[in-house]
Order: sequence, then structure tokens, then C-alpha cells
Amino acid sequence: MADYDIIVIGSGPGGYIAAIRAAQLGFKTAIVEREHLAGICSNWGCIPTKALLRSAEILHYGQHAKDYGLTLEGSFKADLEAIVKRSRGIAVRMNNGVQFLMKKNKVDVIWGEAKLTKPGTIAVAPTKKPAMQPQGPVPKGAKGEGTYTADHIIVATGARPRALPGLEPDGKLIWTYFESMVPAKMPKSLLVMGSGAIGIEFASFYRTMGVEVTVVEVLPQVVPVEDAEIGAFARKAFEKQGMKIITSAKVTKVEKGADSVTAHIEDEKGGKQTITADRMISAVGVVGNIENIGLETLGVKTDRGCIVIDDFCRTNVKGVYAIGDVAGPPMLAHKAEHEAVICVEAIKGLHPHPMDKAMIPGCTYCHPQIASVGLTEAKAKAAGYEIKVGRFNFVANGKAVALGEDSGLAKTIFDAKTGKLLGAHLVGPEVTELIQGFVVAMNLETTEEELMHTIFPHPTLSEVMKESVLDAYGKVLNA
Amino acid sequence: MPTNILMPALSPTMEKGNLAKWLKKEGDTIKSGDIIAEIETDKATMEVEAVDEGILAKIVVPEGTADVAVNEVIGVIAGEGEDAKSVAAPAAGGAPKAEAPKAEPAKAEAAPAAAPAPAKAPEAPAAAAAPAKADGNRPFASPLARRLAKEAGLDLAAIQGSGPHGRIVEKDVEAAKKGGGAKAAPAAVPAGAPGAPKPAAAPLAAGPSDEQIKKLFEPGSYEEIPHDGMRKTIARRLTEAKQTIPHFYVTLDCELDALLKLRAELNAAAPEKDGKPAYKLSVNDMVIKALALALRAVPDANVSWTDGAMLKHKHADVGVAVSIPGGLITPIVRDACHKTLSQISNEMKDYATRAKARKLKPEEYQGGTTAVSNLGMFGVKDFAAVINPPHATILAVGAGEPRVVVKNGQPAVATVMSVTLSTDHRAVDGALGAELLQAFKGYIEKPMAMLV
Repeated sequence: MADYDIIVIGSGPGGYIAAIRAAQLGFKTAIVEREHLAGICSNWGCIPTKALLRSAEILHYGQHAKDYGLTLEGSFKADLEAIVKRSRGIAVRMNNGVQFLMKKNKVDVIWGEAKLTKPGTIAVAPTKKPAMQPQGPVPKGAKGEGTYTADHIIVATGARPRALPGLEPDGKLIWTYFESMVPAKMPKSLLVMGSGAIGIEFASFYRTMGVEVTVVEVLPQVVPVEDAEIGAFARKAFEKQGMKIITSAKVTKVEKGADSVTAHIEDEKGGKQTITADRMISAVGVVGNIENIGLETLGVKTDRGCIVIDDFCRTNVKGVYAIGDVAGPPMLAHKAEHEAVICVEAIKGLHPHPMDKAMIPGCTYCHPQIASVGLTEAKAKAAGYEIKVGRFNFVANGKAVALGEDSGLAKTIFDAKTGKLLGAHLVGPEVTELIQGFVVAMNLETTEEELMHTIFPHPTLSEVMKESVLDAYGKVLNA
Repeated sequence: MPTNILMPALSPTMEKGNLAKWLKKEGDTIKSGDIIAEIETDKATMEVEAVDEGILAKIVVPEGTADVAVNEVIGVIAGEGEDAKSVAAPAAGGAPKAEAPKAEPAKAEAAPAAAPAPAKAPEAPAAAAAPAKADGNRPFASPLARRLAKEAGLDLAAIQGSGPHGRIVEKDVEAAKKGGGAKAAPAAVPAGAPGAPKPAAAPLAAGPSDEQIKKLFEPGSYEEIPHDGMRKTIARRLTEAKQTIPHFYVTLDCELDALLKLRAELNAAAPEKDGKPAYKLSVNDMVIKALALALRAVPDANVSWTDGAMLKHKHADVGVAVSIPGGLITPIVRDACHKTLSQISNEMKDYATRAKARKLKPEEYQGGTTAVSNLGMFGVKDFAAVINPPHATILAVGAGEPRVVVKNGQPAVATVMSVTLSTDHRAVDGALGAELLQAFKGYIEKPMAMLV
């Protein structure tokens, strides 16, 4: 008999949720982690960056206190060490939280690096990867190296920063998100390569902290996965804050100085320029952690750096499953968590509904925030839909004006034929908290009628959502 | 001003029908009273008369379209002096809201007086209420699924939901659209007596899916014949009857010799009319009368079950199952106990002829308080029939055949007919059913009583 019913490799948001759900369903469960419980999300991703951005936001308000009729006397300035310390403290708290949850659910924690050796068996060896510092403590009572067997093995090893050849991060002058999160001192100038969620959030954080920021994006728009109009709106806002943005251009070469980098940048027309900055952040995406975990030994199929899975997270090898970043894009914590539940419930035979990737929302916590779900206007058109598009500006929203945050845009896209909500795209204050309204609506397959029939409370920012729906059908009221 | 031609409601509860045929072409001049189209409902083909005059500017719903909702725009008449070509037709696939609102099933059910809406009805409420199942249970469907089903003319009750808790979602409707056939909306239920048991909209238990059934046969080894309105109605009504009505069966043998003798005498005595006998009674005509008289004698059995109350009928209206190509229909001999045998006989002949042409009017086959189904002509000895709600009984009549019977302790040969009464046990208990059957037997075996 196997040691466990289910072993989960990796304790990020996918892995630890899988372990909890498995335990809830009565499976004898273990989770293997080599570095930090709760994974990148809680330790080096979603959560600590939100902590940093919150500090930046409050700094911003402090700097604009006068706009609200407030006078700040004495000094009001950023203490970088304290800001980073707060962020790390929050990461530790998350880490401890997951430790508690494992204990509560009687999930065994196995500390080390796991490798599939044969069907149903993993070998756990001490961690070889130097852990990013500061690191959370090894949980008390964790099991160590050895061979463990399980009927079902869920691979949830996550992803790591992608490195471009010749532009590899060195952790000193060229940072990944790890170093970007724990700066010892503020650089004066910063070059951010890549304007996806990670790149633009750091660009936003450092800009607000007063750093001279240049963003280089290879595609024609910033936040390239977002709707073009939203991207353009955000770009204007960033530029107004003093960010320098170069699109349709790539960094071809980096020359490292003693305490600076000089990047050679070439745009699509062949125009060249060099930019020298104190530091550079490489934010050109992430790649799945598929190496050294024995996938080849068992013949687990991979494609473009990710494990290939079916609707219920099963790989081509019986008894091996994959969830989260390692199982393919979109590489988002909430996608991983959802897959975790689907995967375990399917193992239990509960017939969960497969995930509909078209309804996975995306949030970017730059200033202004960006949030979206579903198809962009361009993608909806490319998919052959005849569409109705509604727009509403935050400038006409009373709550936004009262907050002093009246810059933003809500955009909704409907299938003209059926009234199906195809996509919703928001840029502006707190939109990451608003988008869920549209996500729920989409999951319930509401049409424009139900959205128009829904009463949105006044005064709230959420009213922009309804107005954009009304606008799509020529019924907008406050514009 | 152009006038919309709306899908007419041919009966108070009709929700949709098939547009069988256009008798006018685009560009034809139409006078008030002209027959412009034929509508096939669940049981009959009806003619649509023009109310307005003008030119048929546009045929919106082409002939052969199934399940057209009542009050949907089917065509447009341009008025005098209007350029017929310039008349904009309403967008296909759903009348604009400013036009007649499509009657929601729930509304049609609740308001039998739903007259055809005027061409320019007030704007329908934007958020249409969920179509309620007739029994008050809402079919759980997403708003998008609901809209898609409505546009495709599919009945949600017939669609299997795959969402959480069986909720019908977009892809289920898309699948049903592709599946076609059995998943299409059943045609409107023939009107029951007001307050009659409301039919459940869906079978209680869903059988295997179309795809599951088809998988059992070699592709190409069968021909797929789409259901017509009548087939769908038969399927639905009978499934519903068997699932909702607790059937109870009582069988009795009746000696027919006296009846056959009387029938021969009456037929021989029929006066000539236009060179033909004025009537030719069948055994079935006499069975109809006998059943009606039996119901008068046992009035407690002449009832309809409703959840709220028992409807005790004042007339005995006998439906008679008539087999026609592609199905069957049950025209009703109203107040049969007060009709003479020759009246009943002639009425049935007329019904049978028109039923075969599917030209019966809804009021001729809707309602009734009982029914007769006779398979005697096929030599069937005995069978049990399915009650046709709102009836509480149905009499299944077998063949009259010579059988050995015991008379005065001696075997003798008599012509015997077995009949089986199916009763709705909620309304007619076993003993009451037996009493009714006994009364029926009395009239059959002493047929002279039917003449007085």
C-alpha cells in the first residue's frame, strides 16, 4: 500500500489548495516544498508586491494631501528599509498561515526537492537551490529526504522568471522580481524590460517612490494582454506620472557598469538608442518548472515548457497530475487554485466542471489599476463576433470624483446577436475589486438585460460598470 | 402604415405552431378575409385569414418553419400607396421589442384571454420573466441559455442541463440546437378544461439522450424522420399522463348479441336519403352512447381531477380516438347521452373524414370528460388505454367475438366483447370504476335502453 493517497509537489497557491481539498475529501495527503510554504504568490509574488504598492499608494496620498484639504507638517518620506520589512513580514504571515492550514488539515509536509522516480513514487532530496533570502523557517515536524509513494501525484511546481539570452538577470544590476522586491537602496533610475503585469507593477511602484523609470516593451502596447484601448489609457496615465515608455522595441544588449547598466534598444523600424540606468528589471514572463522532477523518467508529456493536461488536470501518465503555472498559461494564482480543486475532486470522482479559461479574470495593480475578463475588442472581432461596445469614463462617476480618483475607463463588449457578455475591461481606481462583478455575471451567463436590470449601489465606483453596459446599448445615463 | 401579420393563437393555450404553407406570395394583393397561410398546430391544420388589406410586402417566417411563437411577426402587409419594397421587415430571429411581445409560456398559461397582440404593442418589459414551468417550477437556465432557446424555438423543459445542479447553460442549448428532433419544443398542449390538471412540462425522468440512443445503431442503418407537431404532442401528453396519473384498470366482458341484433334492425330500417341510407350505425357508435349513458347513471365517475378540487361534469362528452396517418386524434362527441345514435354516427363519420385531412378545429378535440379507444377491428381481444387528461377515464374496447360462455350451467356460444376501463385513481376509485363499467355493460347487453 502506498504511503499516501495523494502527494502534492509544490506548496504554492495551487499546491497547498490541492492538499487542503484532498484532506477535506478524506485522502491521506502530503505536500512537498523545497523553499517556502505558500510558494511564490505569498512569498515573492502577489502578496508582498501588494504590500509594497500599498506603501507607494499611501506615499502618493501623502504627497497629494493638499488636494484633500490636508496639510502635512514635518517630514513625510519613504523609509525603504521599513517598507521592505513590512512587505517581508506580510509574506512571513502568509507563510505561517499555510503552515497552520497544513497542520489543521493533517497534511504531512515533506521538506526537500521531489523527483518522480517511477509511477507512484517520488524521491525527496535536500534542496539544492539556494533559497531566496530572507526565507521562512522550515516548518516544525516536516519530514525529510526519502522515498514516498502515493496513488496520485500532483505536480504543482510553479514557474520562475524567464531569462533572455545575453540579458540574464544577475541579481545585482539586472533584477528579477525577487531582487526588485527587496531593494537595499532606491536606484535613481530604473529600466524595466517588459510591461506585463509584473513589469508594470514594479514600474509603477518605483515611479511612485520617485525613481526615474523607463519601460521597454517589445509589443506595440503596454500591458499587452489587455484591450488596446485600456492599454492606451493606462499608458497615458503612466506617462503623465513621468514614466518613460518605449513600445515596439527591444533590448538587444546590456553593458554593465560598476553601478549601472546601459541598455541598447532597437525599435521595430531599426531605430537605435541607449539608455543608462542604475538598475534593470527583467520582466519578460515566467517559465514552468518542469526540469529535474523526473517528468522524463515517467514520460510525462510537456509542451513549450509546460506540462500538458486535460480538463481534469490529468497528464498523459496515469496517476500523475499537474496544476497551476507548470500546467500552462494563464499563469495566475487564482487559476492554479481553481485547478487544484478540479483536480482533486476529479480524483475523488465528484465530477467537477472543467475550468473555462475564457472566464479567468486578470488584475494588474499598477496605478491606475487594470482588471479584465473575457475577450478584448480585437479578439472578439477576430473570433467573428458582431459586437456592441460600451464605454464609461470614471470622470462622470460621483464616487470617483469624491475620492479624487476620477481617471479611468470601463469598457464592456457584448455579442450583438445574443447579448452575451464577451469581455469587460477596466482601468482606474480599485478596478481590481470591481471586476469580480463582471466575472460572476459572465459565469452566470447573464445577458445585457440582467446587467441593466441589476441595481448597482450609489455612490460606488461600481456604477461605471452598469453605465458601460448601458452605453453598449445606447442607454447610457450619466454621459 | 405597414401592418405586421402576427402568428395567430388558434386556441387559448396555443404557444407556438408550425407555419405549414403560405398561400400568398410577396407582392400579392390581399383582401380582408383572404386565406393567406396555413398553420399546423399540434393536432390540426388551420387557415389564417387576413384582417387587413394591402400588399403582402414581406414574408418574414418562411413556410415549413416549425414552432413559431404566437404573436411573432410572420409577414408584413404594406398599405395602399406604400412601396411594398421599402417596407422594412423586422429583423429575423426575434421581433423587435417595439413589435408584439412574444407571449411567454407563463403568461399564456396564466391568461387564456391573451388575444393576438396589436401590431404596435407597448414595449415589452426588458427583463423578461423566466418562463415558468406549468407546475410553477422554474426550469433552471442561465439568462443567455434562456434567450438562445427562445430564439431557436426550443423548450427549456426539454433540454438537459449540464451546469451546476443541472442548470441549463449556453452549451446545452447549442447542443440541443444541433441535436434537433426530440429536443425541439413540443407543440402547445391542447386546451384542457379550465382548471384541469396542469400538465407537467417535462417528463419526470429523463430517458437516454438522442446521442446515446443513436450510438446503439450502426450509422446509416436507420432513417431519421423529424417529429411533426402531432408526434411531439402525442409523445409528451402520453408520457405526462402515464407519469402523473395513477392508472387503475377494470376489465369486464359484455355479450353483444342483443346489440348486434338491434343494430342490424336499426340499420335495415334506415330511411333513404339521396339514394343512400340516412345512417349506418357501427358498434362503436353504440359504445359511445352506452358510455355516455353510463356516466349519466354514475355521475361520480364523470369527473376531472385538479389539485384544488374535483370537477364534476354536467355533460358526458365522449372523446373517440381516431387513428389517422402519422398519429391519432380524439374528436369529442359532446353531450353524447342526449344525442341519438344516428346523430352520433353521422358526427363520427364527419369527424373521421376531417381528422384524416387534419382539418379538425381545436374546439372539436379539446376537452371532453372521457374517451373511447377501440381496437376491435384489428381483432384485439383486450388492452388497456392511456388516459387523456383532463379525462378521468378511458374505455378500451376489444373485438366482439364468438366465445363459449356458461349459461344456466351449460356451455353456450355468445358474441362477447371485452372492455377495459382505465381510471385516474385520484378521481375514480376501483369500485366506482367497476360501477361505471357495470352500468355500461347494462346498456350494451340491454341496448333498447339506449333508445329511450
